[in-house]
Amino acid sequence: MTTAQRTAVRAVGTGHVRVEGRDKVTGAARYAGDVPFAELGYGWLVLSTVARGRIRDIASGPVLEMPGVLAVLDHRSAPRLETDYVGLLGIRPDPTCAVFQHDTVPHLGWPVALVVAQTPEQAREAAESLAVEYETLPHDIAFDGDRPDARPADGIMPAVTDKGDLAAELAASAHVVDEEYTTPEEHHHPMEPHAATARWEDGRLEVVDSNQGAAWVVGELANLFRLDPGSVRVRSEHVGGGFGSKGVRAHQVAAVMAATVLRRPVRVALTRPQMFALAGHRSPTVQRVRLGADADGRLRALDHRSVSRTGTHYEFVEPGAGVARVMYDADAHHTENRVVRLDVPSPTFMRAPGEAPGAFALESALDELAEKCGIDPIDLRLRNEPATGPVSGLPFAPRNLRACFEEGARRFGWARRDPRPGVRREGRWLLGTGTAAASFPAGAAPSTAAVTAEADGRFTVRTAAADIGTGARTALTLVAADALGVAPERVTVRIGDSAFGFAMIAGGSMGTRSWSMAVMAAAGELRERLAPGMDIPAEGITVRSDTTARLAALTAVERHSYGAQFAEVAVDPATGEVRVRRMLGIFAAGRIVNPLTARGQFTGGMIWGISMALHEEALRDPAFGGPVGADLAGYHVATHADVPRVEADWVDDTDPDDPVGIKGIGEVGIVGAAAAIANAVWHATGVRHRSLPIRPDRVLTAGSDA
Amino acid sequence: MALPTSSVITLHINGEKHTLPVDHRTTLLDALRERLDLTGTKKGCDQGQCGACTVLADGRRTVACLQLAVAAEGREITTIEGVADGGRLHPVQQAFLDLDGYQCGYCTPGQICSAIGMLAEHAAGWPSAASGDVRPAAAAAPLTAEEIRERMSGNLCRCSAYTSIVEAVARAAGADAATAAAVVPAQSGEAVA
Repeated sequence: MTTAQRTAVRAVGTGHVRVEGRDKVTGAARYAGDVPFAELGYGWLVLSTVARGRIRDIASGPVLEMPGVLAVLDHRSAPRLETDYVGLLGIRPDPTCAVFQHDTVPHLGWPVALVVAQTPEQAREAAESLAVEYETLPHDIAFDGDRPDARPADGIMPAVTDKGDLAAELAASAHVVDEEYTTPEEHHHPMEPHAATARWEDGRLEVVDSNQGAAWVVGELANLFRLDPGSVRVRSEHVGGGFGSKGVRAHQVAAVMAATVLRRPVRVALTRPQMFALAGHRSPTVQRVRLGADADGRLRALDHRSVSRTGTHYEFVEPGAGVARVMYDADAHHTENRVVRLDVPSPTFMRAPGEAPGAFALESALDELAEKCGIDPIDLRLRNEPATGPVSGLPFAPRNLRACFEEGARRFGWARRDPRPGVRREGRWLLGTGTAAASFPAGAAPSTAAVTAEADGRFTVRTAAADIGTGARTALTLVAADALGVAPERVTVRIGDSAFGFAMIAGGSMGTRSWSMAVMAAAGELRERLAPGMDIPAEGITVRSDTTARLAALTAVERHSYGAQFAEVAVDPATGEVRVRRMLGIFAAGRIVNPLTARGQFTGGMIWGISMALHEEALRDPAFGGPVGADLAGYHVATHADVPRVEADWVDDTDPDDPVGIKGIGEVGIVGAAAAIANAVWHATGVRHRSLPIRPDRVLTAGSDA
Repeated sequence: MALPTSSVITLHINGEKHTLPVDHRTTLLDALRERLDLTGTKKGCDQGQCGACTVLADGRRTVACLQLAVAAEGREITTIEGVADGGRLHPVQQAFLDLDGYQCGYCTPGQICSAIGMLAEHAAGWPSAASGDVRPAAAAAPLTAEEIRERMSGNLCRCSAYTSIVEAVARAAGADAATAAAVVPAQSGEAVA
């Protein structure tokens, strides 16, 4: 048929229900563990019960005799893997994923074997029956801020930035804050546990997986198993949340191993308790913040040092001190991320890595400084708005933090706030309000996309994007529709398949921005090629894009999303209970593609802030080295009853120099949210809480040791 | 003599009978997912802590992971695949769809089944911890946002779509106006518009 009329109405910017929404509310959407396979083998991982040691023996013989058991894989029998490579994200593989390669156990919950059986019941019983004998070695998981073996480490950013004379500027300051802040070990816990099914067919490896980037997982598996990437296909159509935890993990590798050995499809799913060891986590942090200011609140000195923890087998740095490099300038400015290696599982990226714990410390310290200076906390921040990147010296792309605070203050009723702490009471509750700033980088990474004009007048977009709940599939539909000049109903977006070529992962708040750039490029070129009324051949007309060169040509600027967080809390001084009563977040985050889903992503991040401020804490037992209560009862995440009215909105954030105009919004919502709540708790009670979570016992004992 | 470890059972699911042999260890959740290809019911924790596997058994919500399949015989099980009326979505499903009461969608079948069961509990006059007066003679508590939050707290949503889930449940219950008022309690400071 011929090309049809184009629409002038823009799809981007108006609310659209998710294109896969009907499948999700009817149960028809198939997640990784939902896709049926004939002759499926069920794999069950066996994890170490010691925190450090060596495997002496694994009694696989008796287990192989159990009903339905097909295989036991361990370091004596598993295929050898290649681990000496740098993956797509520029990082080396986490050795935890290279399962069954040696007899060393570096932490509790290290995968030591995989049992495969014909049914899940048989696999579970066999795995739980597998006797593993260890030579136990002493372990060290004692984390604190004074470890002499903590050393500066780069990770995803340089370890240290330094300018000016800290000691001199602190000495010359009218007001100084010098405090320590701590955040605990936190876990992602997407509702869908990690699951992968691997099978070989006609010499090609296929993996149905739950991940944040199908092309990324292909790269890792091809490297690990020394395969041609072209012979590996990973599909991940629906993903039940990720938050940074769904990269390559032990389960995909174990599934591929078992499928290779058994020549049949094998599924390996992590159990919820296993996720505490194998899904990654956010390291605890100990942060010291020193701020020095003139009497009018202008910062002379800013020193932010963060210590985090990693495993002995793998280094991941939680860069808590990074956020100050973007947010505030000072004559003397020092930031430093250090890490200490302990006998714990691998930490990893978790929603706003660095910014989430870092902003808790920094934005709490600013509130303390505001108190000392006798300046409103919003005024203090606005007086310290930097002209250029405090560390980079680069100009800012539009930095609309001020607009966020002004709009937020107006809507929250900030002007009527009495700054004095501990003076509002309502029955048994002390009431307070708090605020904090948020920011998150707006990056982009090379991606490819293909857009096809179909013979039936529809358009198909193919890109290896992942929709982990972000609404990316719908957002890309709207972006493509506008770029093509057609109604979104005429566009089908296919994602989650490595066969579509390379694309950025759903991570770093870079996914939708990166994919949109690729989709806009391909769709825009296709639109130019299609003359009105021209005939479309049966196979359609396809245009492909690759944004590598375009991104390399972008001028370097400080480009970020910003936000102003507001919280009102009620604190019961008799029980120590803290209730968040309302939250408001106003964000400047580029062009908002789909207001319906964007609102949920912002508020979801803010609710993560509630969870971080009040609930989440994985406590490791020093004696056995593992988390206590490693399940969703022992690790509390916010549920319905914890969540009051939470509202998010945004201000205009147009950037004429940005070819996309879209920024990621997955992470900025959590940044500063916990600080706003902690600052509100101070305002309610007059007591500062510098350690998260703000548990009832901490509220009850707070101030007694001050 | 060894006792049998499997039985042939008949399950009534979404109005259909399914006769199948099951391992006695098989949970209702695994029977649905692995044996009957009813994968809409999700496994989030497999230990009764997250609510993702919530189904209705004789109209009452239950977590399918804590129920053995053999114990579900004789009960009418309704899963997410069975709540729509043919092609027409259940009002709770429609409200979740329209108000974006989800993100990743994995907890959604459990949230929806739980909401349907919860609304029936509320309609039957059952109180909750959020109800002011829990005496048997007390009038049914109005379905405020507080009531919905309390009654839905067995269903975790890690994407934290709680705000829109509560709105969706309220809309489905036809309680928009009352709930909208309850969602904005009188508090210090200006109520957020």
